Amino acid sequence: MDASLFSSMLFATVVAGTPLIIVALGLLVNEKAGVLNLGAEGMMAMGAVAAFAVTHESGNPWLGVAAGMGAGMAMALLFGVLTLTLMANQVASGLALAIFGVGLAAFVGKPYEAVALQAVPPIRIPFIADLPLIGEALYNQQALVYFSWALFWGLLWFLYRSRAGLVLRAVGESPASAHAIGYPVIRIRYLAVLFGGAMAGIGGAFLSVFYTPMWAEGMVAGRGWIALALVVFATWRPLRVMVGAYLFGGVMITQLFIQGSGLQIDFPSQLLSSLPYWATIMVLVAISRNAGTIRLNSPVSLGKPYRPDA
Amino acid sequence: MLELEARAEPSRLMSWASPLLAVALMLAGGVLVFSALGKDPIEGFRVFFINPVKDLYAVSELLLKATPLMLCAIGLAIGFRANVWNIGAEGQFMLGAVAATGVALYFDGSESALLLPAMIVAGAAGGAAWAAIPALLRTRFNANEILVSLMLVYVAQLFVSWLVFGPWKDPDGFNFPQTKMFGEAALMPTVLEGTRLHLGFVIALATLVAGYAFMNRSHAGFRMRVAGEAADAARYAGFSANRMIWVGLLLGGAAAGLAGMGEVAGPMGQLTDKVGSGYGFAAIIVAFVGRLNAFGILLASLLMALLYIGGEQAQQYLNLPSSISMVFQGMLLFFLLGSDVFIHYRLRLRRRAAPGR
Repeated sequence: MDASLFSSMLFATVVAGTPLIIVALGLLVNEKAGVLNLGAEGMMAMGAVAAFAVTHESGNPWLGVAAGMGAGMAMALLFGVLTLTLMANQVASGLALAIFGVGLAAFVGKPYEAVALQAVPPIRIPFIADLPLIGEALYNQQALVYFSWALFWGLLWFLYRSRAGLVLRAVGESPASAHAIGYPVIRIRYLAVLFGGAMAGIGGAFLSVFYTPMWAEGMVAGRGWIALALVVFATWRPLRVMVGAYLFGGVMITQLFIQGSGLQIDFPSQLLSSLPYWATIMVLVAISRNAGTIRLNSPVSLGKPYRPDA
Repeated sequence: MLELEARAEPSRLMSWASPLLAVALMLAGGVLVFSALGKDPIEGFRVFFINPVKDLYAVSELLLKATPLMLCAIGLAIGFRANVWNIGAEGQFMLGAVAATGVALYFDGSESALLLPAMIVAGAAGGAAWAAIPALLRTRFNANEILVSLMLVYVAQLFVSWLVFGPWKDPDGFNFPQTKMFGEAALMPTVLEGTRLHLGFVIALATLVAGYAFMNRSHAGFRMRVAGEAADAARYAGFSANRMIWVGLLLGGAAAGLAGMGEVAGPMGQLTDKVGSGYGFAAIIVAFVGRLNAFGILLASLLMALLYIGGEQAQQYLNLPSSISMVFQGMLLFFLLGSDVFIHYRLRLRRRAAPGR
């Protein structure tokens, strides 16, 4: 492989992995607090459409990202009211959110189909972007790529070094004891759910404003679900989320590069496009086969409703 | 201040009333949606909810739409009862359609009366085979069936589009992504003169009855219910969890595959890349709104079909995107999930808690 091909594949892999990182890290915080929100696909779709619409109307991609974040949070709030206040089943509510979000996004986004946005220029970090081989690929990137790295470091610090992170994890492990020593379990879970929604919204915004500057029904294409799978794959650890996201990004990009390379390989493009989904399944299988690892690492009260006795 | 107070036992009244409450809230929400979109709510209401049942032909179209929903939902409900979360009915539906189409194309031109039954079997087998993948991976490798069955939806969609753009493309189809039209012997006969309502509707009703018998009258169904309601009791009684996963997924896949077969051999008459039009996902809502039981699913699938056709009518007469159906469907499910709280809790007006509590 020559250097420029390597560089462009690395660049594309990082771009493809970025929305997965942002969304999966948001879901990780959700799940660390003991809440399983399967609605990521719907929150991403709403984030994508809101971000696209606002960017299109205002011409400012940052307002778009803010709108995407707001849309994701609004969806998450709906989920929070159902599961935390009204104690509805988290699995059913999350599925409802996923179906509803995708549908609502299609409805709201109808007028914006077949409209294109101007591409947002990347931000070049001086000096290190001149590094050979990796400089252009890693340090001449979209701002949200840098955001995903900052998010990773911030979360590492928050979860394992800060007091608030400790409380969050306690709420996920044993809400009853966290309540007993005086922490507002429901409020903390609301915050975690809203954070997850915000990140899913930003992930969606990345897709429609930065990745492919357009909106089309179905453009999230299962990335919300892949992000959920990533959290399991990562056994609830941020570093593994990063590794997993770039692996998936690599799979997505490789199949695109094969399709675009003009190599006369005798393999239909649709079947190549299904590779990332097969990869998700295989990775899930590989990581889940040892039931013990999953059980040891997943937050103990994940998916279980909690109601403090008044 | 309003507070929720736990009931001593779940309210039977509320478990029936909450779906009705959800429908009422959805209708109220609908009025708001129409007003917000600047449409006359009464006109919107009429187009959305009355047009689809205004005459016999309209009703037959409603039943036609309800057919795949009923089939997919009853299959899913069997699994959901045992906490087997098959979310991939959409993919199993498409594979059922593919398998049935394969039979129809292979025996193209045949006038045998056995062709249609063979397609029915192929459809159910195709759906079941696709559902066997998450079942195998869950029982062998503990892989989460929600995520696996869902990933397979995307794979199925890409597979269908490869078929209709590639090997199965109709050579005389002006390059449209579709197979050639099926022959007469490969099409479902209509059951109501002058309408498109076909044999699949009768099959769906029969499947509902069979589903009822399985869930409420068979030992296997009993085991699955126990497993869903009290997992520990089921384990104590020695019910095999793996067997329930297999049964739940295979039955769900077979029913969804049957639904897919009914679409290609019914109203479509061919396989196209638009075959999976969201029925498999909508069926999840149907199963929940129908309380995971056969009679409830019958009513819920009619309601959901009404919302689908209402969306088409809204597109035609009110110039709204037909995806407005999904907005209504989503509202319905949210309201249901929300009102279910009253099954286990009652609303109490209470003064602020005294200090020192």
